[in-house]
Amino acid sequence: MTDKQSPLTREVRVINIGLERFADDLRSLGVQVVQMDWRPPAGGDKKLIEILDRLKDRS
Amino acid sequence: MFETTTIVTASYFDSVVLMRVASQLKKRDGITEVAMFMGTEGNHELLDQVGLATAESKHAGPQDLIIIVRADTQALAEQTSTEAAAMLSAKRETDQSELSYRPRMLDRALGFLPDASLAAISIPGAYAARETQNCLAHDLNVFLFSDNVALDDEARLKKIALDKGLLLMGPDCGTAYLNGVGLGFTNVVRRGRIGCVAAAGTGLQAVVCRADHRGEGISHGIGVGGRDLSGEVGGLMTSYALSLLDQDPATEVIILISKPPHPEVARSLEQTCRQLATPVITCFQGTTLDSDAFIQSATLDEAADRAVCLLGNTPFVPRNFTDIARIKQLLDHQQSTAAGRRIIGLFTGGTLAKEAYLLLRPLLGTVSADLDQAGSHCLVDLGDDRYTVGKPHPMIAPENRTEVLLELATAGRLDDCGALLFDLVLGHGSHADPASELAAGLAELRSRHGLTIPAIVSLIGTEGDPQSLVEQQRVLNEAGATVFLINSEAARYAALLVVPDCRQALMEVRP
Repeated sequence: MTDKQSPLTREVRVINIGLERFADDLRSLGVQVVQMDWRPPAGGDKKLIEILDRLKDRS
Repeated sequence: MFETTTIVTASYFDSVVLMRVASQLKKRDGITEVAMFMGTEGNHELLDQVGLATAESKHAGPQDLIIIVRADTQALAEQTSTEAAAMLSAKRETDQSELSYRPRMLDRALGFLPDASLAAISIPGAYAARETQNCLAHDLNVFLFSDNVALDDEARLKKIALDKGLLLMGPDCGTAYLNGVGLGFTNVVRRGRIGCVAAAGTGLQAVVCRADHRGEGISHGIGVGGRDLSGEVGGLMTSYALSLLDQDPATEVIILISKPPHPEVARSLEQTCRQLATPVITCFQGTTLDSDAFIQSATLDEAADRAVCLLGNTPFVPRNFTDIARIKQLLDHQQSTAAGRRIIGLFTGGTLAKEAYLLLRPLLGTVSADLDQAGSHCLVDLGDDRYTVGKPHPMIAPENRTEVLLELATAGRLDDCGALLFDLVLGHGSHADPASELAAGLAELRSRHGLTIPAIVSLIGTEGDPQSLVEQQRVLNEAGATVFLINSEAARYAALLVVPDCRQALMEVRP
């Protein structure tokens, strides 16, 4: 395990990937949030995703 | 009946948005069905299974939106389909104007929020493992709301998280509290000295609400997913969460809520707990382990009450009802009106349904968890995958439960019912006014079907919740429902109504 700050002591700042209502609720609590515009990678083509991941692993 | 299929190419929307629009349109006169799905492999299988697939829908790819409408006239089907596409398009425009920039890539998102501590992931399960791995690689803790993540992916990702000292909460984690921030479906509760580890969903919500009612608060609530204590995952995240809470200065007692752990995992969990300085109170639903490494509770409220007593240094007194005088009063009034002898429970929370099942089975004998099984007592989790195909979860869309209730009435399946049991979970993420929806359903049961079956509600929430506990309770009381703020008490009261023989056992103080 690497030596870094405990997950319980880090101030909560959120990248929200998916349902926007979660981001809205967090904003209403004053939490900093970035909402991503997530879409299925490679147009949802499973084979293409695998190829992309393999390329990423090699880079 | 007329049907149209429209394919909107290269137009991704998340399923919750699609289901919300579809259910809105489906309520209109003359509309029989509105199905809106992305053309993923899983959704094509689903459309096939439910008999909605059409020749045109089969051509849609994963990025293409399928809109299928069935209506009384061809014109109405076409008009509704056009309107559905327009509603989605308007939603996208609003989203884009509200926030000028929404990054597509994680690197870009981190450019905007370089000190981000956590990623909340709620995308289709087929892609969730990939995104989770990417977030862990960027040193983000992960709140993984998505379900349908493969078990071997879960074990692999949790090992990665653990090596990096990160939390992977989930998959299928609905609720968490970190550092005073609620994630997902959360109740507004005070901060305090109780640290929780749970799957996590309505079980965690019930525990934090009960603690709040007793004047105590939550330090953190860590979700680990419902399979963490399986043999395959080996309790990796549970053990890590327990050790984090043990080191946390704010946490003075820990509550662990879980399904029964795998025997080998139970042994290692026992060892972990023995090494902790902080006492651990467990609620392993459906089992008691032969161990003194933790304090074991039979119910969610018992776990919360034991924690409160431990913190207050007061003895814990077991009891079936907190206010026995109220129960006697209610029984005097209600028992005579209960004609039927079956309990039908329609739940939105899986853990709450399970708790009711475990309490009622020994009292009632056969209790079915399946809505299709006629004749026996029946406690159903309407949030289960089998009841949410193409529909939003009933905590978000309680009208789906009303629909089931009225269908049962129409089919004559409530004629021998002596008590209806419901849960109603408030908080962020839940429907804005679930009590009014349930009240409307009960009113329709009376007016359309002439049924006046006692309705018992397990209401989980706090006064700080957006819906207001007191207001929701008022609406339910006016609708004639008997409301309990403790799930186990609601279940036991239902048993008292239909099986008078268990009165003595349930109304005495437990030894």
